[in-house]
Amino acid sequence: MWYRLLTLIRKEMQYLLRNEQSRRLMIVPVILQLVLFPLAATLEVKNNSLAIYNQDSGAPAIELVQRLSSTQAFTHIEMVHGEGELRALIDRQQALIGITIPPDFSRKLASGQSAPLQAIIDGRRSNSAQIGYGYALQVVQAFGADLAAAPTPASVSVRHIYNPNLEYRWFVLPSLVAIITTLGSLMITALSLAREREEGNFEQLMVSPLTPAYIMVGKAVPALLVALMQGSVIALAAVWIYGMPFTGSVPLFVLSILCYGLSLVGFGLFISAVSSSQQQAFLGSFAFMAPAVILSGYVAPVENMPLPLRAVSMADPITHFIIIVKGLFLKGYGMAEVWPHLWPLLVIAAATLGLAYYIFVSRSQ
Amino acid sequence: MSEDIAIRLEGLCQRFGDNIALQGLSAGLRRGVITGLVGPDGAGKTTLMRLMAGLLKPSEGKISVEGLDPIADAEAMRLQLGYMPQKFGLYEDLSVLENLTLYADLRGVLGEARRQSFERLLAFTDLARFTDRLVGKLSGGMKQKLGLACTLLGSPRVLLLDEPCVGVDPISRRELWKMVSTLADGGMCVVWSTAYLDEAELCDDVLLMNQGKLEYSGSPQALMDSMQGRSLLLKDISGNHRLVLQRALRQPEVIDGVLQGAAVRLVLKQHAAWPDLTPLAAGPTARLEATRPRLEDAFIDLLGGGPGGDSPLTRHMPEVRLAEGVDPEAVIEARRLTRRFGDFIATDQVDFRIRRGEIFGLLGPNGAGKSTTFKMMCGLLKPSEGEGRVMGLDLKKSASQARQQLGYMAQKFALYANLSVAQNLTFFSGIYGLRGAEQRQRMDDMVQVFALGDMLDMNAGELPLGFKQRLALACALMHRPPLLFLDEPTSGVDPVTRREFWTHINGLVDKGVTVMVTTHFMDEAEYCDRIGLVYRGRMIAAGTPDELKAMVAGEALPEPTMEDAFIELVTRDDRQREARA
Amino acid sequence: MSVNLRRLTALCRKETRQIVRDPSSVLIAFVLPVILLFIYGYGINLDANRVRLGIVSLDQGAEAVRFVDTLKGSPFIEPHVGNSVPALLEEMKMGRVRGLVVLQDDFSAKVRQGRGEAAIQVQTDGAEPNTANFVASYVQGAAQLWLAERRQDLGLPAPPVIEVQQRFWFNPTTVSRNYLVPGSISVIMTIIGALLTSLVVAREWERGTMEALLSTPVTRAELLLSKILPYYLLGLAAMCLCVAVSTLIMGVPLRGSLVMLLVVTSLFLGSGLGLGLLLSTVTRNQFVAAQGALTAAFLPAIMLSGFVFEIKSMPLPVQAFTYLVPARYFVSALQTLYQAGEVWAILLPNMLFLLISALFWLGLTAARTWRRLDGN
Repeated sequence: MWYRLLTLIRKEMQYLLRNEQSRRLMIVPVILQLVLFPLAATLEVKNNSLAIYNQDSGAPAIELVQRLSSTQAFTHIEMVHGEGELRALIDRQQALIGITIPPDFSRKLASGQSAPLQAIIDGRRSNSAQIGYGYALQVVQAFGADLAAAPTPASVSVRHIYNPNLEYRWFVLPSLVAIITTLGSLMITALSLAREREEGNFEQLMVSPLTPAYIMVGKAVPALLVALMQGSVIALAAVWIYGMPFTGSVPLFVLSILCYGLSLVGFGLFISAVSSSQQQAFLGSFAFMAPAVILSGYVAPVENMPLPLRAVSMADPITHFIIIVKGLFLKGYGMAEVWPHLWPLLVIAAATLGLAYYIFVSRSQ
Repeated sequence: MSEDIAIRLEGLCQRFGDNIALQGLSAGLRRGVITGLVGPDGAGKTTLMRLMAGLLKPSEGKISVEGLDPIADAEAMRLQLGYMPQKFGLYEDLSVLENLTLYADLRGVLGEARRQSFERLLAFTDLARFTDRLVGKLSGGMKQKLGLACTLLGSPRVLLLDEPCVGVDPISRRELWKMVSTLADGGMCVVWSTAYLDEAELCDDVLLMNQGKLEYSGSPQALMDSMQGRSLLLKDISGNHRLVLQRALRQPEVIDGVLQGAAVRLVLKQHAAWPDLTPLAAGPTARLEATRPRLEDAFIDLLGGGPGGDSPLTRHMPEVRLAEGVDPEAVIEARRLTRRFGDFIATDQVDFRIRRGEIFGLLGPNGAGKSTTFKMMCGLLKPSEGEGRVMGLDLKKSASQARQQLGYMAQKFALYANLSVAQNLTFFSGIYGLRGAEQRQRMDDMVQVFALGDMLDMNAGELPLGFKQRLALACALMHRPPLLFLDEPTSGVDPVTRREFWTHINGLVDKGVTVMVTTHFMDEAEYCDRIGLVYRGRMIAAGTPDELKAMVAGEALPEPTMEDAFIELVTRDDRQREARA
Repeated sequence: MSVNLRRLTALCRKETRQIVRDPSSVLIAFVLPVILLFIYGYGINLDANRVRLGIVSLDQGAEAVRFVDTLKGSPFIEPHVGNSVPALLEEMKMGRVRGLVVLQDDFSAKVRQGRGEAAIQVQTDGAEPNTANFVASYVQGAAQLWLAERRQDLGLPAPPVIEVQQRFWFNPTTVSRNYLVPGSISVIMTIIGALLTSLVVAREWERGTMEALLSTPVTRAELLLSKILPYYLLGLAAMCLCVAVSTLIMGVPLRGSLVMLLVVTSLFLGSGLGLGLLLSTVTRNQFVAAQGALTAAFLPAIMLSGFVFEIKSMPLPVQAFTYLVPARYFVSALQTLYQAGEVWAILLPNMLFLLISALFWLGLTAARTWRRLDGN
């Protein structure tokens, strides 16, 4: 029976690769995402605008303005000459943060008093604004510390391990491995079965000696291969083009992709088993994927979610896979570290595949 | 005469890239009659239909439909036009009434006119009971009827029907015809494209096309008259009539032959003498008699004769040997086979036994339960009660093992349209466990038998219909199944391809292959050794084609056709049911 | 391009029935938006409220104990005190803590010496850069607090301090929900506008209904409008649902008017519907069109619209590319309408771009909507 399985798998691969359109469909989005997203997906704040209303002509005020304008976060400093102008810039989103230096700023500092600054922050983009504000605050604090005569008795020294320069791309690329393989393998399994049913190929298979289990495996393996291929392309690009380290083991990476692919195939087959048309299969897999991606910690860390959502995200294969890939890339994960996230993938796969099989068999009678 | 012309074609050419679909077609189609459009697959019938409907722009030449140019005066022309494409797209998620209402709105049939036409069309299509049912839940024939009903809304002056009867049972077909001819009598110009020549025979005019050219235009009667004396019936054959047909087709003077029940129907070359009976070895009682020529005879003659009677397949297929313990009298057997869908009983206690080497036909009106029965026998559906056995194996228990024994060919093209011919062959031989040299050998055999050599790299979906059908049969046969299940196998296929197909089937049967076939096509039923007529889930009659005909023969119908027998047996069952009620 | 109202209504009615009867369309149009709103509203929290921080103090001195207490008292820190650095590093590797503070055994002594040699060693999990930044600044903050309190206790004079008084405009409590929810509405509208429609024309071709439709007196305009109008109304209905859920249930403030919100949504739906229908019309294949819509509409709406990721932080070529993404204008308009109200300086340019984009996509679709099988 191995040969029959091989026949099924080969057919599926031929189907995917035979025409220009579907070949392009597997490659173009991958390249596009690979080029655009690591560059686009960043929570850093760079090249933003800062509005400063400096009412003080003292040297410390000028020094502070200079220091603020030499950060990466604010490459554009807008000097304004009135409260109204400052407000207008923020209103129109032409400045992320507005800082007002009061007229007595230098005088107060000179006399050893606390000197107030006012910062107005655009809460519409609260995340970027907060991050940007954090940068500005660091500058101000450093400035303040330099002004102080006595050294502080203790200082904080920060070392970022795994990603010393906090390259945001190093965070995005591993997640991208997960997201892109999801798209590929989920769509292939969910849609191809629905399409075979719509086009009548399915009955022809059902009168052959192949059992439903064979047909399902025949769908699963090609999807796994596609997942492996797409995942590897991104991983290689991450290392070679984006210069990311890869600290884990390659066989473990392959194993993890396969386990992850299997859990996706489970979802895909489940969706196609309950759908009656290609449209339903597509929309169904999308309705699964859109929330699953967000809950996976791709955009925001899972640990910040409220408890019920955290529980849901534990059942989300993407969550586990992103942790594994990140670990393999950056943290030198071995089997011991991967396993706690590998077995949930296998459990998810077993559950969804089992359910899909059950529905598949009962529907095909 | 010329004011009767509704559609005028002048020097019509249509090219798709390098492909020439129509070349230099000129004709005038009359108002008030039904014009049959016939020709083998790929003759350009559908292209012509689409041109007349304004869905394609001709490469050269002119068309005028009721004096309007289908492209330039598209809007005005469409108000005059009813067009039913081959695959009429009904909205499956809408109900019958909603589909009708949509088309009524689109064609501007409103108010009282709408009420009346709905009433008329629903009565005619017998869909009045199902107005609220979703179209997706209708049987194939019912969909076809609803498609026609949607086309007929708005009383168009020109009606284009592209193979309206594919998959429609004889009873509905007759009704459909009656309806359309009433419309034609009312002055409508009807163009009826068909692969069934018995349908075209009833037309007032026919356009016979071949390879994009018009071969004949005129009345079918004139064409049939030209065949006078060339159509013969060989009766009272003793021995295997299939072999007699095969031998007859080898005679130089015979250009065409088909089975007709126990008899064999032959068509002779022009001016040829009747053939000598000796080489036919049809037995001592066999005799030839002249019979009324059919349009199909003329059609085959115009195309230069039918295919030969020898199937190269027989050279490659071994004699079927039954395994130990398999009853040769019941290689396929249904025992009180029953299937329920909710409250609805689709198949009700059906019994039959099929012998080794027999062709068993399942006939019945659309939605009568023949498909359900068929599907249970090849393992696609589980029976609610009773059992289906093939080769002594219970389909419920040893499904996989049983399926290895059967070949299956569906009405709808069920191969992978986006894979090449070679890839399809490899795939279907592979899933039946063939491999290595044996697999290559079987594939080579099929390529040779079905002349697929030139198209191995073509996508299966792009093959001409006839080749699609050959490929489908090839895919069903590579594992040399002793049983063959055919679900409306030649639906929509032209007579030449159909003959070729049955030549292969006959060849297989001679090797001991057992065939179970469903069909709506009565000529095909004549090929069967035995027929089971299914109606309302039960088998209301069974027997040889001649026996079935004999059941209904009487004074009114001294020589009933298979179609007569079908219709009479079904209506008789209805009468009995009413009498009981 | 004439339109007959009766035919148009009939086609729209048909389309609407198909939408309503298909469970997957209903799922996408009405269930998924609510799910997504809640997930975006409550699931995505970029403001790292409490980070899990490992603390190892190898020093039992009073200064060290005091600092550790300050760390433990911070509302932003969930302390995990341990006594082995390697063990806690292992915890960090597993992602169970996001940072680690180590005080060496001479910490208290060095603090008392006051030469500034005492080091609060922080190691963060750089694999989560955002959180790593938060860890660093939380520890900084705790250190400042600890130093200030220490000075106070010792009666030392406070050094001059620059006090920054911060004020968040539009979103004073800095709830990320308030700006993520409006942003996520743009994703939802993309799904309804482009994804659902990418299937509808292709489906008619695949099922053969198109050929039958084309032979009726239906005009090109009617055909096009019958695809646009129902999905446009569906989009507006989903928008109203989103507004209701976000304001009434999730308590996100809406400062602009509902009318403007619907106007902006209409303009955006123009682009979305146009793109979806174009893909569907050109490919005539559901599988391909759907994949195309995912790549061309959905992913850019998430990645390149500025809804999560700041556009200004992207490299210039990518920034330039975002100008082609209609969701970019929509996100900006939505966030402004929700949080600031009618700031015309922002709304008008965005609306202009949305209008241009809608005209472009719809025009292209109209040009490719054929009245025949072979073109035009």
